[in-house]
Amino acid sequence: MKSDIILAGVGGQGILSIAAVLGMAALKENLHLKQAETHGMSQRGGAVVSHLRISDQPIASDLIQLGTADLILSVEPMESLRYLPFLSAKGYLVTNTNPFINIPNYPDVEQVLAEVGKLPRFVAIDADQIAKEVGNVRASNMVMLGAASPFIDLEFSKLEDGIRTIFERKGEAIVELNLAALRAGRSFAEKNM
Amino acid sequence: MQKNLLLGVEAIGQGAIDGGMSGVYAYPGTPSTEITEYIQENPLAEERNIHRKWSANEKTAYETALGMSYAGKRAMACMKHVGLNVAADAFINSSITGVNGGLILTVADDPSMHSSQNEQDSRFYGQFAMIPVLEPSNQQEAYDMAREGFALSEETGVPVMLRITTRLAHSRSGVVRKDVLPENELLLPTDPLQFVLLPGIARRRYKGLLGKQQLLNELSDSSKYNQYIDGKEKSLGIVCCGIAYNYLLENYKDSVCPYPVVKISQYPIPEKMMKKLDADCDEILVLEEGYPLVEEHLKGFFAKGTPIKGRLDGTLPRDGELNPDHVAKALGREVYEGIPVPSIVANRPPALCQGCGHMDAYNAMNEVLAEFGRGRVFSDIGCYTLGALPPFETINSCVDMGASITMAKGAADAGLIPAVAVIGDSTFAHSGITGLLDAVNENANITIVISDNESVSMTGGQDSSAYGKIESICAGVGVDPDHIRVIVPLKKNHEEMVKMFREELAYEGVSVIIPRRECIQRASRRKRNISRQANH
Repeated sequence: MKSDIILAGVGGQGILSIAAVLGMAALKENLHLKQAETHGMSQRGGAVVSHLRISDQPIASDLIQLGTADLILSVEPMESLRYLPFLSAKGYLVTNTNPFINIPNYPDVEQVLAEVGKLPRFVAIDADQIAKEVGNVRASNMVMLGAASPFIDLEFSKLEDGIRTIFERKGEAIVELNLAALRAGRSFAEKNM
Repeated sequence: MQKNLLLGVEAIGQGAIDGGMSGVYAYPGTPSTEITEYIQENPLAEERNIHRKWSANEKTAYETALGMSYAGKRAMACMKHVGLNVAADAFINSSITGVNGGLILTVADDPSMHSSQNEQDSRFYGQFAMIPVLEPSNQQEAYDMAREGFALSEETGVPVMLRITTRLAHSRSGVVRKDVLPENELLLPTDPLQFVLLPGIARRRYKGLLGKQQLLNELSDSSKYNQYIDGKEKSLGIVCCGIAYNYLLENYKDSVCPYPVVKISQYPIPEKMMKKLDADCDEILVLEEGYPLVEEHLKGFFAKGTPIKGRLDGTLPRDGELNPDHVAKALGREVYEGIPVPSIVANRPPALCQGCGHMDAYNAMNEVLAEFGRGRVFSDIGCYTLGALPPFETINSCVDMGASITMAKGAADAGLIPAVAVIGDSTFAHSGITGLLDAVNENANITIVISDNESVSMTGGQDSSAYGKIESICAGVGVDPDHIRVIVPLKKNHEEMVKMFREELAYEGVSVIIPRRECIQRASRRKRNISRQANH
């Protein structure tokens, strides 16, 4: 198996929490993993991206080649478009529809979503709303992971285990919230693929 | 074997601890910061009481590490590439003093300038100092080199540079730990004059350093980190430095390259391997992350005039970091680019956080400076550098740590009145104090804003070494206490701040305004930690 994933968002949105759960799931499966993160200046509200690669074979490069990503998983709609050159011809784009507007020239949100809608394979999800419905908007990243999970070559239960391990120290209520968020995201994607 | 999922920088921290290090000395700087942070939070480091507090700047860090080496123990100094400019005096001379306990300089370069002012290549410093340079190609090698580098330093008697770049620093992968080595005992150098670089002694020691070069060459040719990997197709030979090796392998199914490859992860450049590659192949392609160090070297090296391809002849881009696509194009392979980025996608540069105190300071400054026009604010390295961008557009310079105060003085000397410096609390402690002394000694007509958020914020909120000391430092250096003024940068204090700026700009002499409010990121982290502790 091989999953090459571009994780995208804005500094401060916490895309690394998604990477942490995926990384934990991969580690438990004894898979190879490489994950290139953005640290430093861009974390101050700039565009951030993480290249996450999981495979049952050794992985050479920390960076994904253009046109080969299996999935773009973005927690912000305009950011999902920034990395389209990485998407393979058969790849999926999964994005949160809630814009993060911290620049004066942010494009019209309808136009952004229209660009997403032009893609052959995508899931556009209001993860903030779904997270609120399951209990807390702060779980929206796990909704996003759930929505992307059908396109990642890992068993869903392994992602659940990953959440349990990553959020364990924050207490049972937080674990349950994030599990509910993950499942709600998955359920949305299955209905809207 | 238990694999730990570690960033390259974390692998170095763990490797150094497991290699018997007794102290890490560093100033925060992306992409090197997390090495020290990892050690600060490591239980074994705590149990061994490994020194792990931040230093005031890279020079003090390196010198302190050298002092620990003098005393026979193993030490590491960590910094970003431009930090080595600050520490360069100590570093270059330390190759002549040599070491006693093993000494590693870990330096993290930032090609493509993700968070830096330039993309200088620290391998040139290593070559300049004539010491071994290690450049890992993956996280496991980063761990191994940090762990074994101390022994290499002790064997050769010189410091060892461990050079990484952003991509490896901030990429995570599985790392297998090895045995934990004991720390060294306290042991003085056998020669009490080893570290005394008086000319007579320095000349003798320099000859010693030159005499070691043959040994260093041999160590490179026999290093397990350098490999000659044969291939059937001899039309091309490929030299890969550090992580460029991964980008090469990424381009071949099952990671099998048809051409002969020399993988370099230890310098000086392994000459025997290079000569063999030259003898075997018609052309040579050099893949290196950074400046064309190996490429330049090879161009002048081979008598038969083998064509050398790389960054200098346009086969690869001259600047910026490498990636597997650049390498694919250099190999003549087709790159499939996915869908183009839609034209509506706007750039999203980093920005000051909502609620940041720097914003309130800039708003007040802008109101007063509007009366004088743009072009008279000299600034420095930190979050506040973002004040160069809209909506503030307040500052007009950012060159190196501490240059705000000195450049403002130079401009004032030239007649630019008023001239203003904007510097952060940590940058002031790092390299601002000596410039302030120059200004005080000549009673320069400048206004210095020390925008104090009580932390090193751009790199993630580390402790600032001037915390709680700024007014007393300024007064101690000789600033008139009537012109050291502190204010809380909040909207409600805007009018008071404007008045304060106006008064101090009018004062003919050195004045210091200190807008002081804790970094909001650090404050919210602190509050989260308190509530988490309260819940347990």
